[in-house]
Amino acid sequence: MTWIRSFAMFWYDFIVGDDWRVAVGVVAGLAATAALVHAGVNAWWLLPVVVIALLGLSLRRVVKAAQQN
Amino acid sequence: MTTFVLFITVFLACAVEAVEAVTIVLAAGTSRHWGSAIQGTAAALVVLTVIVAALGPAIGLLPLSALRLVVGALLLVFGLQWLRKAVLRGSGYKALHDETEAYAKEIAAAQAAGAGGRGVVRDWYAFTLSFKGVFLEGLEVAFIVVTFGNNQRDIPTAVLGAAAAVLAVTGVGLAVRAPLARVPENTMKFAVGTMLTAFGVFWSAEGAGATWPGSDAALLVLVPAVALLALGYTALLRRTGAPTTRPAAPAASAPVEGTR
Repeated sequence: MTWIRSFAMFWYDFIVGDDWRVAVGVVAGLAATAALVHAGVNAWWLLPVVVIALLGLSLRRVVKAAQQN
Repeated sequence: MTTFVLFITVFLACAVEAVEAVTIVLAAGTSRHWGSAIQGTAAALVVLTVIVAALGPAIGLLPLSALRLVVGALLLVFGLQWLRKAVLRGSGYKALHDETEAYAKEIAAAQAAGAGGRGVVRDWYAFTLSFKGVFLEGLEVAFIVVTFGNNQRDIPTAVLGAAAAVLAVTGVGLAVRAPLARVPENTMKFAVGTMLTAFGVFWSAEGAGATWPGSDAALLVLVPAVALLALGYTALLRRTGAPTTRPAAPAASAPVEGTR
């Protein structure tokens, strides 16, 4: 069980990394892009906006945490 | 994407990871046993080669749109992780990676560990330390080789870029027999994070069904735009007053030195 847990933790750390919200945000952004395309909107512009927001918010969390310490 | 861009992206990504792997192998070799450290390195390289050889053709069987969606999303998550760390280090919010310090810690841990071998391996600690270092650092590179190579339908160039980086870093590491502290790791990580993020955005949006204005030419806008975004965030964070070590570089330049 410890081995399975370690294996799962390794892949989580490898793929998701330090901030899981970034990974969730990327998946949500892609789902929204696909939904808009399905509805007839060529939403190429959505993912760049998502990237700006995700990176900015992730950095903001670090800054806030550092200021609180 | 031209062959040159593919080569240089994989080369830089691989060089960053190779610097860290070489530091670990050097520590295992100099403080314990060179033969076992080299055996561990060779074993890890064989496992990584098997992974690339197995995953490469398997991923190549996927339809291009599915491949670009899944691989683009993964590259985007990877790229944002790399960029985030590079921005935090460049702005002083995270300590710069110090290869000399990492080397000293590995040496101390290796000297404290017990001796003993297994089978043809004379020093099991040196073997496992080298194996883990090379395998873990190499896994990310293997992923980049497979995904970039498959997306561009040009695995040989990606493999060539990775091999060139490993040979260059290993050659320098063996020549100086010391941690490669002067390699501008954070600048390289910044560049690779930019490329991974830009290509991740491009491919995953295409995989989700969107069509980029100007088709492939959109990358000529995306790559510099991502770099400017990260530089902008770095400058912004520096102005807020970082609590950790200040970087030596001027505010408007790319972050320098250190990763992870």
